[in-house]
Amino acid sequence: MTAAEPIRLLLFLVGAATFVGLNAAYLVWVERKGAGRFQRRAGPTEVGYAGLLQPIADAGKLMSKQLIVPPGADRMLFRLAPVMMMPPAIMAFAILPFSEYLVGIDLNVGLIALFAFSSFNVIAVMLAGWSSRNKYGIISAARVVSQNVAYEIPMMLVIITILMLAGTLSLTGIVDQQAGAFWNWNLFALASNPLMPVTFIIFFVCMLSETNRAPFDMAEAESELVAGAYTEYAGMGFGVFFMAEYANIVIGCAIAVILFLGGWHSPVGVFPGVFWFLLKLYFMVFVVIWVRWTFPRTQFYGLLNLSWKILIPISIFTLLLSAVMIKLV
Amino acid sequence: MELHPVQSTGPQETFVLNLGPQHPATHGVLRVKLTMDGEFIKDAVIVAGYVHREHEKMGENRPWDQFLPNTGRIDYLSAMMYTHAYVGAIERACGIEVPPRAEYVRVITSELNRISSHLVWWGAYLLDLGGMTPLLYAFDDREKILDLLEALTGARLTYCYYRVGGLAEDLNEGFVEGTRDFVKEFRPRLKMFRRLVSENIIFRKRVEGIGIIDAEMCRKYGATGPMIRGAGIPYDVRRAEPYSVYPELDFEIPVDPAADSMSRYKVRMEEMEQSLRIIEQCLDRLPDGPVMAKVPRVLKPPEGDFCYATEAARGRFEVRIVSTGKPIAHRVRLRTPCFGNLSLFEEAARGMMLADGIAMMGSLDLVIPDIDR
Repeated sequence: MTAAEPIRLLLFLVGAATFVGLNAAYLVWVERKGAGRFQRRAGPTEVGYAGLLQPIADAGKLMSKQLIVPPGADRMLFRLAPVMMMPPAIMAFAILPFSEYLVGIDLNVGLIALFAFSSFNVIAVMLAGWSSRNKYGIISAARVVSQNVAYEIPMMLVIITILMLAGTLSLTGIVDQQAGAFWNWNLFALASNPLMPVTFIIFFVCMLSETNRAPFDMAEAESELVAGAYTEYAGMGFGVFFMAEYANIVIGCAIAVILFLGGWHSPVGVFPGVFWFLLKLYFMVFVVIWVRWTFPRTQFYGLLNLSWKILIPISIFTLLLSAVMIKLV
Repeated sequence: MELHPVQSTGPQETFVLNLGPQHPATHGVLRVKLTMDGEFIKDAVIVAGYVHREHEKMGENRPWDQFLPNTGRIDYLSAMMYTHAYVGAIERACGIEVPPRAEYVRVITSELNRISSHLVWWGAYLLDLGGMTPLLYAFDDREKILDLLEALTGARLTYCYYRVGGLAEDLNEGFVEGTRDFVKEFRPRLKMFRRLVSENIIFRKRVEGIGIIDAEMCRKYGATGPMIRGAGIPYDVRRAEPYSVYPELDFEIPVDPAADSMSRYKVRMEEMEQSLRIIEQCLDRLPDGPVMAKVPRVLKPPEGDFCYATEAARGRFEVRIVSTGKPIAHRVRLRTPCFGNLSLFEEAARGMMLADGIAMMGSLDLVIPDIDR
């Protein structure tokens, strides 16, 4: 390690934190504008040009609000929960490779670290629901835990399928193997596993579920649970959960891009890698938003059925299939 | 293959969940006290009456025609059918013959109102199920109806257009063409709604086989309208106790025997289709002539007991008036559909999961002021 390395890492983390913050703020704007377009209305227009200052106004409003701790709540856990939500999300950005040069730490167990960080938010949501002494919150906490347990299994099976192709846990290593033209991307690696697109869809569904996005937003199913685990949070307490939700969407989409869509590699060979990475990333984010404003919410047992009865058997099958293919080829 | 919720067994630790009076799923100030066993509803107690406004009493202390605007505010989403029942009851009591043009216009406006009411329900129901976008699509079309009716009546929601003996005014210029345009535009929209929502796999999984309310239960609690038609019984006041010009019109009563939330959904969607048919026929046959019969300046219905029922968007709305020959009613009794439709919730919700219970409650199409009156 050179002397400049800690400084570089610090700068990267500051950059990542800024990126996360701006992302959260402006993804809210993108989501509201997108929802407006899907619903034949304009979305935010008043604050700034095309409503561009709306997220800042919202953040100002949230920050100036009183933080209310409901009577009977576990004060420490109640305050701790939003704090536990955000740092893992920022930490995950230190590992994500934006391009071959723009990467905080190229861990050789990057993928495992990434999933360790991104599974952390479950604990935070559960604590939030549990500590706020609200029945809707507790129902939501129970839902979040069982949902995440159910969806982490097919997700991990899918990731093992990718790992068997890549043979490395390093994220840059996985991306490097998809270099060249776009048919080298894992999504189109049909030679090593003809069911690769199916695997990608399973991963995408699990990712939606892990980030509590519609149609799997059981944690804050607002027509049933008011706001679920976040019901009792006021001001920035709620704001942090909201930001972390968007940070987690970006992380989930980034993992999808790294594992399946060739990371920073360009399909045509122009523009730097960061451009292509962000382009793919925001395309995935757009799909996530699109799904949310199109589909109704699933039923809770329907969600568990989907995981245990459909996704897990299929992902085990694709795992075995790629094992056999690797052995044969 | 499909795992359906069953009554859970095991240690019976229950808790009370207070759903409402301010909860997104109750669409108003309705409170339901749920005794929950985990996610399962063990028992439900409805606490109604938060918006009780003494409508019946108000009917008994003012002249007959001054109570008329109140009736449009009981179920604010189907004001036309409600005012129709009240003026109908007085016309029946006084023996007033309503001019045919007025009757046709009443049917056209009532059916437009039925479509707009069903559109609100459709959007709100999808909102209950977590689909946000259909609400805006529904309101897009509803807006056209509201614009038509606003130009005609001056109100967008709580219309008071009918009068004892006819209508307040004749049709305005452009109403007939506007309505024809709307009918033409709305048919393809209904098709799009079907493609967007009714055939969506997530939506179907959430409503098919959920919230079975059979004909027996409907009878027991007096549920009417799309509820009982969704249970397979073709009961519709427009056919069962024909009023206005409905006997002359050719339309079907949509029925679905499955008795689940999906069948109530299908019945309402089909009813919009039938309403369009009714509107088209009425526009074709619309006669010329006066829109107001000769009515005495002070209404004094003869002594007696009179009933008049209409098929409102949510079911049978019946007005019963008891007159003593005075200019003020002795008794005005309003039989509203939502009260019966809601009361079966307690029995039907037992053993369901919370989200299913809400999916069922949405399919009842509740308007809370209509329950409390």
